[in-house]
Formats: sequence, C-alpha cells, structure tokens
Amino acid sequence: MLDDRDRIFTNLYGFQDWRLAAAQARGDWDDTRALIGRGQDAIIDEIKASGLRGRGGAGFPTGMKWSFMPKESKDGRPSFLVINADESEPGSCKDREIIRHDPHKLIEGALVAGFAMRARAAYIYIRGEYIREAEVLFAAVAEAYDAGLLGRNAAGSGYDFDVFVHRGAGAYICGEETAMIESLEGKKGQPRLKPPFPAGAGLYGCPTTVNNVESIAVVPTILRRGAAWFASFGRDGNKGTKLFQISGHVDKPCVVEEAMSIPFRELIERHAGGVRGGWDNLLAVIPGGSSVPLVPAAEIMDCPMDFDGLKALGSGLGTAAVIVMDKSTDIVRAIARISYFYKHESCGQCTPCREGTGWMWRVMERLRAGDAAPAEIDMLFEVTKQVEGHTICALGDAAAWPIQGLIRHFRPELERRIAEREAGEVREAAE
Amino acid sequence: MAARNPAPDTPELRARWGSFAWTESNAAKAREIVARYPEGRQRSAVMPLLDLAQRQVGAETQTQGWLPIPVIEFVARELAMPVIRVLEVASFYTMYNLAPVGRFHVQVCGTTPCMLRGSDDILAACYRRGMRKGHTTPDGMWTLTEVECMGNCASAPMVQINDGNYEDLTPERLDAVLDALARGESPKEGTQQPGRHTVEPLGGPTTLTAMVHANHDYRGEWRGDSR
Repeated sequence: MLDDRDRIFTNLYGFQDWRLAAAQARGDWDDTRALIGRGQDAIIDEIKASGLRGRGGAGFPTGMKWSFMPKESKDGRPSFLVINADESEPGSCKDREIIRHDPHKLIEGALVAGFAMRARAAYIYIRGEYIREAEVLFAAVAEAYDAGLLGRNAAGSGYDFDVFVHRGAGAYICGEETAMIESLEGKKGQPRLKPPFPAGAGLYGCPTTVNNVESIAVVPTILRRGAAWFASFGRDGNKGTKLFQISGHVDKPCVVEEAMSIPFRELIERHAGGVRGGWDNLLAVIPGGSSVPLVPAAEIMDCPMDFDGLKALGSGLGTAAVIVMDKSTDIVRAIARISYFYKHESCGQCTPCREGTGWMWRVMERLRAGDAAPAEIDMLFEVTKQVEGHTICALGDAAAWPIQGLIRHFRPELERRIAEREAGEVREAAE
Repeated sequence: MAARNPAPDTPELRARWGSFAWTESNAAKAREIVARYPEGRQRSAVMPLLDLAQRQVGAETQTQGWLPIPVIEFVARELAMPVIRVLEVASFYTMYNLAPVGRFHVQVCGTTPCMLRGSDDILAACYRRGMRKGHTTPDGMWTLTEVECMGNCASAPMVQINDGNYEDLTPERLDAVLDALARGESPKEGTQQPGRHTVEPLGGPTTLTAMVHANHDYRGEWRGDSR
C-alpha cells in the first residue's frame, strides 16, 4: 500500500482547512519561485521523465502535450492553459475533492504548468453543478492574488500569470476539450473539428493546452520530489499515484489516492470494505467511468488497475472511477441508464450521435424487458459500430462502448430475457 | 439531446420583466465578471451573466430563478450580442431554467452510480410528498427534476437542492432535509450519513489518519530521501 507520506492530496477528505495558510503549512506554495527558476524546458523534461499521463481519461503523456505549445509567439498571440474541471463522467468524483479541499495544489500547479508551456493565463472551467466547490475555488484564487502568488511577478518569479475561474452550466459535452473552448468563448459547447488542434489554435484562436485538474494539481509535488519518486509507483507506462473513486455495491464507497497498478481486489478490500455480500457476490465492474466497457467479476479480480491492465481486458482506466456491481444488479438496466445519459448529453451536432444515442437507448429499454427479437441484439451491436468512430468527438464512442461491453459479456442474459418474455406471451395466448 | 423550449413570450411576461435591470450589487458583479475575459472577448461572459440574471430573478420571485425572454434580451444588450446567440446558450445548458420553478428545485441524480445506491427510493420519496418530475407543486414550493450524474458518486445517492448537495441519502434522511427546508431552516449540506465527514470510507479513513485531528505536515517524513 502507498505510504501516507507519498500521498499528494493529504487533505483529500477535508478534515483540515483548505485556505492558504493551512495549505502552506502542508507544503503548498513552498518556494514556488525556485520551481519556476528551473526554467520551462527543465520543468517539461521532469514531467516527461515522471511518466505522468493525463488524468482526465485519455491518458496522453502530460509533458509531451505541453511540448506541443509554441516556444515563442511569432505573431503576438498569447498562449493559454485551460484546466478541465468539468468533471461529469458518471462515476467520477475526484476533481471535486481536489477543488474543495486542496484548491491551492491546483492553483500552484496552474502557475507552474502555465509557466512551463509559456501561457499568459489559465482558465479553470468548473462544471456548473459544483456550486460550493466553485465558491471555494474563487476564494482560493483571490487569496493567491492577495498573497502575490498570482498576477504580476507571480510568487516573486518574475513571471506574470493570471488564473480565472469560469463556471459551466450543465453540459457533459463541455468536458471535451474543443467544446470546452467553445463554451469559454460564450457559445454552445459543440466540439470543433480537428485539426487545427488547440495547441495551434484553441481559445480565442490562440495556442491552448487543456489539462485535467488532477494532472495539473500533481505537478508541484512531482517537481519537489522528483520524477524518479513519482515514477517509482506503478508499472512501466502507468506511473505515479492516482485518485480512485469507488462507487456502487461496496461496503464503504470512497475516494482514495493509491499507487497506480494496485490490483482491483486489493483496492476494494483495503479501502472500500470489500464487495457487498462478499467476493462471490460480485457481478461486474465498470472500472473507469461510464464510457468504458464493463468487465465481468472473474476477469477483473486480479487485474492491475492501470491504463494497460484494463486495456488488456477490453476496457480502460478512464478517470479511475470504479463502479462496482453485485449480483443484485439489473445489469441491462444499469447499462441502459448509461445509454440514456449519453442520449441526454449528445450535443446534437453529428447525426450518428444525435440519432444513434436515442435509438440505442430505446432498444436498450426494450432489451431490459426482453421485448425484442434475438436478431436485434446483433442489430444493436451493428448500430453501435456505425456510431463509433463516425462523430467529431468521442461522445459517440462513449455511448457505443458500454453497450458493446454488455453484449460481449452478457449476451446470454439478454437472450434469457427475450426467451422468458416470449414464453410468457405464449402462456398468455394459451390461457 | 434534451429538448428545451423557452416559456411563451406574452404581454404579461413583457409587463413583468420588460424593465429588468441589474441591482446595484449585481451590476458591480457583472463588471467584475466581464473583466475576467480579454478585451473584445466580452461574449465569454454570457454564461456567468445568465447565471447572475437567473439568480436575480430568483431573488425577486423567491424561487431558484429562471430566464424569461426579456431577461435574456437584457443580457444580450449588456454584451452587445444578438439575442439568438444568447438564447441558444440559454437553451443548450440545462442549468438555465427556461420556465418558472419553485422555491426549491429538487434535482435527484438518477445516473447509474446513484441508481445502484438507491436513487429509485429517493425519487419515490419525492413522489410520496406530491412532487412530480418536470412539475412544480401547487403551493410553489418544490420543482422536481431527475438530473444526470452530479459527481458525488462516492456519497450516492444524492440530490442537489438549489445551491446545496445532500448526499448518502435514504428516504428518511431526504424527508428530514425537505422538512427542514420547508420550515425555513438550513439543514447541513453534504453527507447525511452519521459519522461520515466527506468521502472517506465510512467508519474512518484507511489512509491519512494523521490528518483527522491535526493539519499534519508530511514533508518531515520524506525530505530525507528526496534529492
């Protein structure tokens, strides 16, 4: 198990004050000037060496992402860092804890990361429903300005840097980076075609990098303790510590920071009190938030919880939002509810998604009751393949994958419901 | 997509909201908001200004607030934007209410992580109190909406009521919260589970136990072995 001294988010549960003085007493904003003094390239190299991969779901190497930003502005355009705090993927509830209990880790990270990528300012886009969390964040940013840690000559570094907070208003799609940029510009959150990529033309047409809250908030600690320290946790290609969010049918749901690659069983046993009703009662797990395919109990039990371990099972780490389902679960309904979510959240821009998410949900609802022909299972699978990969952003894929996972692993259950309903209808006709 | 249409534009609506303008304190807030964005990019402020306007309507009507067409037009004037561009933002994002709501907007999360922890029972408890999805109770107190994942999955099931979250709910705990609100009280927000602080495992954290009673500084425990 990860030692407490190696945990980054020491105030994760908010037992202590989030304010600046308390955060500083825990080690935040400790000689930030010296971190910045190492220079842009040294910071990016250190983050690359740490093996940090983006914590928002896609897992792209963070240091490499930063290196795509221009080293100088040839035409006078400024660069921006946009921090994705639009945490809305069902199962995900980690950025909320960072923002409301350890906001200064995020704000200090914004300065250091923003400096490294030569950004003029950071916009933190926080989901609209995080109302109390946004109140804390606004107040923490104000504290940092008052203490001279942001603004002109931020933290005495000689670098001018601003941090602004922008609240969303209830649209999952704004977690997609180009939709987020559109939204920040005051428009509907509909994803942009790429290219151009945000590093070339993002917010206000300026070079922009969008990073997840957790990715940015771990940066100061990685710099202070060194890339080798961070890389000492987790398997190759899956380095570091990670906030896991355990929900569903466990005895004690929780958010906890652990080493990457911790085996599933150990994670649940140690921190979540085990599966409700015991391990034999485990049915399936959605290991990375609603968009990744579910994994049946037997396959996930000893799986290392990291990008590659879950990919090998045909699923993914996503945001490490672990949704546990025991044998009392109506598994078809659990996935149908996710299908409804994607139908509700489709932005409507691409036809395969706009029409497909609604179609898939309606078929899922019929399958839930067995009110379908067996051939419709294959038809549904085929339609998910027509949606997947045929939309501007990944929401279409995210709507398709959970259904594919269900059909792959629980086809007999779908067929059983259809047969049961048919038998019932035959009985009724006979009576 | 969620279909959302604005409330009808009637002479009565015009009479009530046609002269909408910021209160003095909201005017100052609006200036501060617009200043967050670069010169010439004031349009970026449309979302926070719509939120501010909805809150002002809420304060004037003793409800959570909503956005009548004349108020949307006011925000458009403030930012020199075409009204349709503001309306399309207001209708795209679900937190903008396009029709009047009650004093309390009870938003029950029904997405899978909450569903697995009993959100059906939470919705049923709301129905037992006379609430119906998409409607406001006749006394104007409660509007019920089933919403999508609110990001409180480790303390599910939950509801958001106006600005506050109430987590780790049972029907009984929800009733207690709603009764308190009805009495004009301010019930404790966050988890309603006795003995739980936030999202640590119930019964006490399995990690970071030194943080429970003191603002522990862990640096002394690792400084020796750092570079």
